[in-house]
Amino acid sequence: MTTPHSHGAPATLDAEPAVPSWRLLATLGLAGALAGGMIVTVYGMTRPRIEAHRAALVESAIREVLKAPARWDTLYLVDGALTREVAAGTDARRLERAYFGFDDAGAFVGAAVTAGEPGFSDVISLIYGLEPTTGALLGMKVLGHKETPGLGDKIEQPAFTGQFDGLLTPLAGVKGSTGMPNDVQTITGATISSRTVIKIINNATERWQPLLQAYLRGGTE
Amino acid sequence: MSEHPPATFDDFLRGVWRENPVVVQMLGLCPALAVTNSVANGLAMSMATTFVLLGSNLLVASLKRVIPHEVRITSYVLIIATFVTIADLLLEATVPSVHKQLGPFVALIVVNCMILGRAEAFASRNTVSRSLLDALGTAAGFTVVLVLLSAVRELLGAGSLLGVDILGPQFEPWVIMVLPPGGFLTLGIGMLLIGWQAERQQRRTAAARAMEAA
Repeated sequence: MTTPHSHGAPATLDAEPAVPSWRLLATLGLAGALAGGMIVTVYGMTRPRIEAHRAALVESAIREVLKAPARWDTLYLVDGALTREVAAGTDARRLERAYFGFDDAGAFVGAAVTAGEPGFSDVISLIYGLEPTTGALLGMKVLGHKETPGLGDKIEQPAFTGQFDGLLTPLAGVKGSTGMPNDVQTITGATISSRTVIKIINNATERWQPLLQAYLRGGTE
Repeated sequence: MSEHPPATFDDFLRGVWRENPVVVQMLGLCPALAVTNSVANGLAMSMATTFVLLGSNLLVASLKRVIPHEVRITSYVLIIATFVTIADLLLEATVPSVHKQLGPFVALIVVNCMILGRAEAFASRNTVSRSLLDALGTAAGFTVVLVLLSAVRELLGAGSLLGVDILGPQFEPWVIMVLPPGGFLTLGIGMLLIGWQAERQQRRTAAARAMEAA
């Protein structure tokens, strides 16, 4: 390396023999390659378990919000329509999806979809079951959030999530009970978090309900 | 350190108490405050940090002659980042719920000065065995502080320890203890007590010396 003002450079720089640049490059290159190799190895070893955990989480969530269906089908959203099969070459893991649940007799009970929007601190993500024809909810479960512990995190407790079973969309947030079929009691001290949950479900239903209905109509024809 | 002093028990003990990374050196405060809202989180963070400290001190001490002086910090950060990524993946594979709660703080071990500090200040100038003892000591000191902090915060903030209800249903949790201010409060009071204790001990030894001299 050359210094533009060699006469002004401190003497100590010249005192020590400089390590050639290629050695620095070689050291860092080799270290980078080794580090990369180690990470790839561990990633490959841990990936099956990590994916199994995630799949188990989704599975139990679907079971919960569709009220224990006998089985369910996964449908993918491709070009604005739901489809059972994904064209070869598309990565199905990146597609949005809906889970269609069926009871023991094989009758359709409802569809589960995931949705998320920013809450009080970060994105609240949830999954909920919807009966597309009536717009009634089957159940709701919060999948992830970073709301304030002790206040906003009550949105994942049964006292709040239990209210959603059987409610009609669009939902409205109220303080205190009114007994209306689309009223959700917001949590004291967590109004924003509660309202966000309601907003997420309303927005997602507005988007998904026509898609689900269109698919069901197509299926019966 | 041209001579290589043999590894002693003091290499371990120093990090636990006299040069405790958190309460004495004030390093690693970010995880110490951020993830100690429950004992499980504090333990997982301590384990991840221990793993990274051991790995980085081991590699830095064994490679100290190979790594050119000019790029040593870059190399240390690379070594640390590798171990952090591995720890992150292992945590997600074994304890996914804890991993989810720790959020970004596992990845942030990379910039924990405590680890780079031990690599630069100790492992790069000492033998492998001494560096490993040093890493163990520092990690033990970090673990003790995190577990104590998280135990106090979880007990007062949630009425439980390791998720097991201790104080019963009639106990109204002090929610602030599991929020960020609770971390500052607990650590501050802890440091106050430690500083007070150290001062008292100093005064006592000074008095004892004065008595001897008299």
